[in-house]
Amino acid sequence: MSLIPSYNFAYLDEQTKRMIRRSILKAIAIPGYQVPFASREMPMPYGWGTGGVQVTAAIIGPSDVLKVIDQGADDTTNAVSIRAFFAKVANVATTTHTADATIIQTRHRIPERPLQAGQVLVYQVPIPEPLRFLEPRETETRKMHALEEYGLMHVKLYEDIAKHGQIATTYAYPVKVEGRYVMDPSPTPKFDNPKMHMSPALQLFGAGREMRIYAVPPFTEVVSLDFEDHPFEIQHFTQPCALCAATGVYLDEVILDDHGGHMFVCSDTDNCEERRAQGHRGHLSGEELEAAE
Amino acid sequence: MDNLMLDGGFADPVMQAQQGFRALMDALANPGTIQQLALGLTPPAPLTPELAAVLLTLCDHDTGVWLEPDLATEAVTGWLRFHIGSPLNVARDQAQFAVLRDSNTLQLNGFSLGTDIYPDRSTTVIVAVPALSGGDALVLKGPGIEHSVEISPLGLPGDFLEQWAENRAQFPRGVDLLLVADGAVIGLPRTTRISGKDA
Ligand SMILES: [Zn+2]
Repeated sequence: MSLIPSYNFAYLDEQTKRMIRRSILKAIAIPGYQVPFASREMPMPYGWGTGGVQVTAAIIGPSDVLKVIDQGADDTTNAVSIRAFFAKVANVATTTHTADATIIQTRHRIPERPLQAGQVLVYQVPIPEPLRFLEPRETETRKMHALEEYGLMHVKLYEDIAKHGQIATTYAYPVKVEGRYVMDPSPTPKFDNPKMHMSPALQLFGAGREMRIYAVPPFTEVVSLDFEDHPFEIQHFTQPCALCAATGVYLDEVILDDHGGHMFVCSDTDNCEERRAQGHRGHLSGEELEAAE
Repeated sequence: MDNLMLDGGFADPVMQAQQGFRALMDALANPGTIQQLALGLTPPAPLTPELAAVLLTLCDHDTGVWLEPDLATEAVTGWLRFHIGSPLNVARDQAQFAVLRDSNTLQLNGFSLGTDIYPDRSTTVIVAVPALSGGDALVLKGPGIEHSVEISPLGLPGDFLEQWAENRAQFPRGVDLLLVADGAVIGLPRTTRISGKDA
């Protein structure tokens, strides 16, 4: 029996890789613009981020070190499966440490640790078109982008303010890239929007079902849409992480018991673990947490 | 078909195409940086190893390639037909990739700029220059560049800055440029603003 694998390096065939690679290069040359590409079936469901998986498969090489996060965590089924997939089909090293990764594929978060030059952040995107909820027709949204017709988007945000006293959008908060294209940052919390601005890392976005690739090159302006009288603001948390006492990071609420017990902990599990390894302790870390469990 | 035509391509097509692509991606994501593109290719002259590296990395039967007339020798077109299979007789303004060896006569207009709706449908222009350094300093700014960066490629035409400014003014339409020499590449995406050192 031959042990030669029946799939190509990184799973995709070479023609598909070339097609995706050409799309990535054009995406980098036109920051925030959605390049159409011929998305392929991947051995996982669309909800698993096949767009991001295809982008990663097209760029990854044997010397890369891959990290995969899902809502900030390295240990969800989705993240573990994608990491295992690339360890097998591309034989690459994987890591959970943000600092050690050359490619980070992500669903819905940007790591807390500032990214470095040379790193690539690959986003899994469900709906790439920020204007879709205003205009369902693709031909029309394409035209709106071509003509920089973004008035309706501002009207929508302003209606939020009229209704809620503030802009209610907290996820997939639209940004303008390099003063030109309005872009959907994928369903990351708006907390992460400022991290996209002038990041030293290359940011690539893949939408599998919708067949789009877009990019933000390193050191590129990414500005969240807002109004002079209602400037953009990120979420603020009133308490630190219950495990590592971090402040200024994005926290998830975790239910502890049936009696309303809950705590707020880092969404970025790697960052939280690293802080605890350095000796940082939150009010529910250690014995107290075990007692709660 | 002689052996010369079959030889000279990638020794390890999958891994070398990945390596070539990462060089091109890094070059366009970080304009002005010099990225290594020495992949051991030995194409027939006057096609250079670096021009061949870009073509073998990105092109296939789905991509129309325009060759500068002096490059379109029988040996070169035969070699490219075997190694990439791209249509090589496309018009300048229809080409997805354009390949030039005589950088001094480079004319950016006449290539495809893409459309307002699909600006990605523009030509990527690949130009072999005599060297990527040693020429007059050019100052680059824009996406991919933290503050500014200097390059000094040799062999660009005297009116290159005017040509590039005209290309830049069409944004989001516009060509993207790859300068290659000495086993390396510099990427100049349409977003890059270029001025002379004294400007
Ligand atoms: Zn924490």
